[in-house]
Amino acid sequence: MTPQLAEKPKSVPFASAFDQRPHGGPRWLEDLRARGAARFAALGLPTVREEEWRFTNVAPIGASEFTLAEPVSGVADQLAGFAYSDAPVRLVVVNGRYDSTLSRTRGLPQGVRVGSLAQAMTDHADVVQRYFGQLADFTHRSFAALNTAFVQDGAYVYLPDNVILDTPIHVVFVTGAEAARVMAHPRTLVVASAGSQCRIVESYIGAEGQTYFTNGVSEVFVAENAIVDHYKVQQESLDAFHVASLHAHTARSATFSSHSFALGGKLVRNDALAILDGEGGECTLNGLYLADRERLIDNHTAIDHAKPHCPSHEVYKGILGGTARAVFNGKIIVRQDAQKTDAKQTNRALLLTDGATINTKPQLEIFADDVKCTHGAAIGQLDDDAIFYLRARGLTYADARDMMIHAFAAEILDRVKIEPLRQALEAELFEQLARDLAEVDGART
Amino acid sequence: MLEIKNLQVTAEDKEILRGIDLSVNKGEVHAIMGPNGSGKSTLARALSGHPEYQVTGGQVLFEGRDLLDMDPDERAREGVFMAFQYPVEIAGVNNAYFLKAALNAKRKHQGLPELDAMEFMSLVNDKAKLLEIDKSMLSRAVNEGFSGGEKKRNEIFQMALLEPTLAILDETDSGLDIDALKLVANGVNAMRSPERAFIVVTHYQRLLNYIVPDFVHVLSGGRIVKSGGKELALELEQKGYGWIEAA
Repeated sequence: MTPQLAEKPKSVPFASAFDQRPHGGPRWLEDLRARGAARFAALGLPTVREEEWRFTNVAPIGASEFTLAEPVSGVADQLAGFAYSDAPVRLVVVNGRYDSTLSRTRGLPQGVRVGSLAQAMTDHADVVQRYFGQLADFTHRSFAALNTAFVQDGAYVYLPDNVILDTPIHVVFVTGAEAARVMAHPRTLVVASAGSQCRIVESYIGAEGQTYFTNGVSEVFVAENAIVDHYKVQQESLDAFHVASLHAHTARSATFSSHSFALGGKLVRNDALAILDGEGGECTLNGLYLADRERLIDNHTAIDHAKPHCPSHEVYKGILGGTARAVFNGKIIVRQDAQKTDAKQTNRALLLTDGATINTKPQLEIFADDVKCTHGAAIGQLDDDAIFYLRARGLTYADARDMMIHAFAAEILDRVKIEPLRQALEAELFEQLARDLAEVDGART
Repeated sequence: MLEIKNLQVTAEDKEILRGIDLSVNKGEVHAIMGPNGSGKSTLARALSGHPEYQVTGGQVLFEGRDLLDMDPDERAREGVFMAFQYPVEIAGVNNAYFLKAALNAKRKHQGLPELDAMEFMSLVNDKAKLLEIDKSMLSRAVNEGFSGGEKKRNEIFQMALLEPTLAILDETDSGLDIDALKLVANGVNAMRSPERAFIVVTHYQRLLNYIVPDFVHVLSGGRIVKSGGKELALELEQKGYGWIEAA
């Protein structure tokens, strides 16, 4: 194959959008966009022939010819109905652009920077340039290349050394337009300096009934002895496409945890990738997803143990109804250096209907010899014996079943340390479940 | 209170009970004994409405109503309780939460006001004291990681809390050491009342030293082959089941 051929594949999706690619910002950003665009032109969208995309066909995303959205106003009311909308500090990003009028950023300690990423690129340039794009590899990952080609704005969070933020920072990404099929490529950069601590909630939302495409990339840097507690709440429209990757880097004795809640979207692909790059770092990647109808939710995780003495924990749970499909792929890499690694991975799925399916795969690549790695997967229906036991004590079938499903979800929900967020998620999850179960019951009779 | 007439039950297409007749009145304790495979646990499970047991003939009246026509949960709310031979472990479901839901389901059914968290805990404290049971069991998931003895004690605790009219104990004694056995028996004895009846299914006579029955029935081949007073249990202990099966 000649290099020229690699640069010119059969057809690149979003051709018209590429003509309107954003420009401006610092020179390094222009350069980065150009490289992202070139890589995407070469890679195109992934196909099911690629191992990483075997069970998730993204051709419908390419076929939709999404366009870039014009700046919109009037999303304020949309923000009210979503989980944790009363967060005291929030950054709102609408169709990829930071909206200062909808954001609330007051009362933070001195030296903390939160707000527009585009603005930080100019007035906090040294930090942004040092970190931006360092984790989100776009030479091999085509959605990261696509995001990079269109990168313009997003959310920025910077904590100086030893600052402990009590107030969680809520970043809300709104995508969609009333009359058009739009796409957005929002970007998040979090830099937690040595000894700092914060909690970040990323919410992805859109108006119900709208078809749009969100392609987000988040990068989180956790410096020595810092702690970042991250939550992702995906509540896109049930007709939306959502592809996002979260990249985290931990230094010595740094702690990163992320809890992902996937409640919306028609076709959803989440990548959560962490590099444990300093001794004694710790990482938790947990997830809970709810898929019904004909929706597809694909979670790919990768934890890269690059240094010794790092524990990692991972629990992903799914509840599937209708003819929904789910994919879970959990990769754990233990580098030669990473002795005394302790990695645990669990993946469970509850199938409420015969039509729901899941493909699950642990993927362990271990190059060190003194390590502990455990993984387990369990797929199944509710335990009939347990249901009977609860009924034998007087609970109706429906109550017994609900109690079991709630218990299943609670293992992840209960780990949410922001109480109003936990309550909002619980309410939202069980409201959706109630609808799904009513459908299951409807089909039964 | 309970009238069983010519009850026939199959499990996995195998005929197990071939016509049981049994009458239980308020305040009575009936022991059901019999060799392995005689159908005594099947009787307990069929009465509780276990879906794996199909009633193919006969009738069961509970306080004048057709018990077999009720769902398992309705039977429980009506006042039938079965202590399981093998209590199920249910990960993630908190014991206290579950018991409060169960108790309130029954109270609602009876037209009584539901208990709030405070009232429930005070009731729990009373019952725990009565049964000498460690309350820490309540903050754990239902039976999860419980020892065999703890599981059986949890069954008795549930029984005390739900205050059934008819309690069926399905081999609650099996696998228990003597101390745990006494604890279970004391719990049952503390609950004996003129308004409540017990059916105690057991393989061994030992339990009946502590829970003294009014009647003993011996099951063999899916039928009650002999009935008598408490002395029948002692006779079985001495002679084994052989002479019954031969008869």
